[in-house]
Amino acid sequence: MISNRQRAWRRLRRNPIAVVGGLMVLSVILAAIFAPWVAPFPTHAGAVVDFRHRHSPPDALHWMGTDNAGRDILSRVIFGYRVSLTLVAGVLGVAMPFGVLLGMAAGYFRGRTEFVIMRLTDIMLAMPPLVMALAITAILTPDLINAMIAITALWWTWHCRLIYRVTSSIVAEDFVEAARLSGASHAHILLREILPNCMAAISVKTTLDAGFVILFGATLSFLGLGVQPPTPDLGTMVATGAQFLPDQWWEAVMPGLGVLYAILGFNLLGDGLRDMLDVEIG
Amino acid sequence: MGSYLLRRAAGFAFVLFGLAVVIFVIARIVPGDPARIALGPLATSEQVVQLRTEMGLDRPALVQFGTYIAGVAHGEFGKSLLTNRLVSRDLAEALPATLELVLLTLLLIATVAMPLGMLAARRHNSAVDNISRLVSLLGVVTPGFVVAILLQLLAAETGRFLPITGRLSPDLPFTADLTHLLVIDALLRGRFDVAWDALLHLILPALALSAAGIGQIMRITRSAMLDIARREHVDTLRSFGVPGHVIALKYMLRLASVAPLTILGLEFASLIGNAFVVELVFSWPGIASYGVRAILSKDFNAVMGVVLVSGLFFVVANLLIDMLIGLLDPRLRRGRA
Repeated sequence: MISNRQRAWRRLRRNPIAVVGGLMVLSVILAAIFAPWVAPFPTHAGAVVDFRHRHSPPDALHWMGTDNAGRDILSRVIFGYRVSLTLVAGVLGVAMPFGVLLGMAAGYFRGRTEFVIMRLTDIMLAMPPLVMALAITAILTPDLINAMIAITALWWTWHCRLIYRVTSSIVAEDFVEAARLSGASHAHILLREILPNCMAAISVKTTLDAGFVILFGATLSFLGLGVQPPTPDLGTMVATGAQFLPDQWWEAVMPGLGVLYAILGFNLLGDGLRDMLDVEIG
Repeated sequence: MGSYLLRRAAGFAFVLFGLAVVIFVIARIVPGDPARIALGPLATSEQVVQLRTEMGLDRPALVQFGTYIAGVAHGEFGKSLLTNRLVSRDLAEALPATLELVLLTLLLIATVAMPLGMLAARRHNSAVDNISRLVSLLGVVTPGFVVAILLQLLAAETGRFLPITGRLSPDLPFTADLTHLLVIDALLRGRFDVAWDALLHLILPALALSAAGIGQIMRITRSAMLDIARREHVDTLRSFGVPGHVIALKYMLRLASVAPLTILGLEFASLIGNAFVVELVFSWPGIASYGVRAILSKDFNAVMGVVLVSGLFFVVANLLIDMLIGLLDPRLRRGRA
């Protein structure tokens, strides 16, 4: 007899691409947490200037080269992951529970609740998210917290719609009906009967979204509306480095590959989880 | 089909109205005085008061909302603080450049992604299939700004055969006054040198903009074709000895286009978002680069105009796609609301 968890683990191991994705995600998370110890030049995360080593191409000492202030790009990418992951935690930590609760409520209570929540979601989904985030951060001052607010304000809608669909498909199932007939409260049915059935979809969606939040945040800061210098942020680093194209190509390309690595990791892991848990997240 | 369109159009109007409301609310609940933000910390309080009156900020919120909605209904967003002209005029001037870019991008997505997706499905699990899966994965996960920068580097390596900034070489004076789309107007006026030059300028930005879409659409087309290949009517056709490419092109493609088209509608959101990055990197004089400048200089009216126009873009694109899907698959016309 093997437990569900063991079965899931076996399926995960049989999916090498998902394992690779998982390792990539793990490396990003560990690098971010232990940045001061992992980064070869931890002080370069700040406003350090070293004119003798400006614009030096990738070599054995500086694997990703140095930037226009002579700072080690690899170190700054590693510290940049801290910003990216903080953004992910902040956005998904709020947007996900919020969207899940609203989606469950809309799918479970139907009627007017459903109408109000889902029409609001439709409107929010009809706005190009990046444009809205740009507008919000533009009105507020550009920094990490406001970027977080802007992205969160839009992101919950995706979770809401997904969980609404999952909930509506299981709300008529016998086990929900049985709970209702045995006198269970709405809260009990929502949290103990419906929520556990949404967990697979939530975990896949959250993993995939983590990558897209990183992409989104990097794009905002690339446009100058995210984290402000000297805090190392991947999008800002690419934007600054782009001024030195094509001769000092590494200054834009290396941080760009850094973002790509993180997004790719979350994407591969998310795809693997989707196959493993066999969920449709549309 | 008539009532289907009517229903869609009603939903469309509702969404646009909601969009206008949300933008108004966001602009008003924000802490701080828009006039003060626009003028910066160095302005005197008299200047701020004057701008407040000019912007109508001293009137009650409901009156402000009424004027705003009436203005938006007429396509009027007030004056831009950045260019000191009507926002609607700025937008009208920038729109054709963006439209031209987006149209070529869609053309690229349709002509590259769908055939490749079909090919990958026909050669399931072959080298072609695996390569195309890798390419589409990279297309989906690579940030737009990284694609844009890599393309610029590539252009620099190839000796700048492809221009990397602007819409037209400065030594070619030409005004597009028919459709306002440079390539088409130049062709209509018989200026083939201009058309060629404009097309060369378009290629890199359009490639950068289409990368994500190509990846996504290729993926979806492939899985839709694989899914349909398992249906019974395809087996029947095959058992009648209908050649494989005829089945694929005549019988499967139509059904298999529904899913990629649906995704293309959703993709439009990220396409518009990516346009901001691409236009900035390639100095493309469109709505998005106007929007970036407006945002960075806190030009309120212009920001609202850009947001609403991009929202309109998105909603109209989805409406068109829904109509197309309705044409392709009659079942969907009746089924869904």
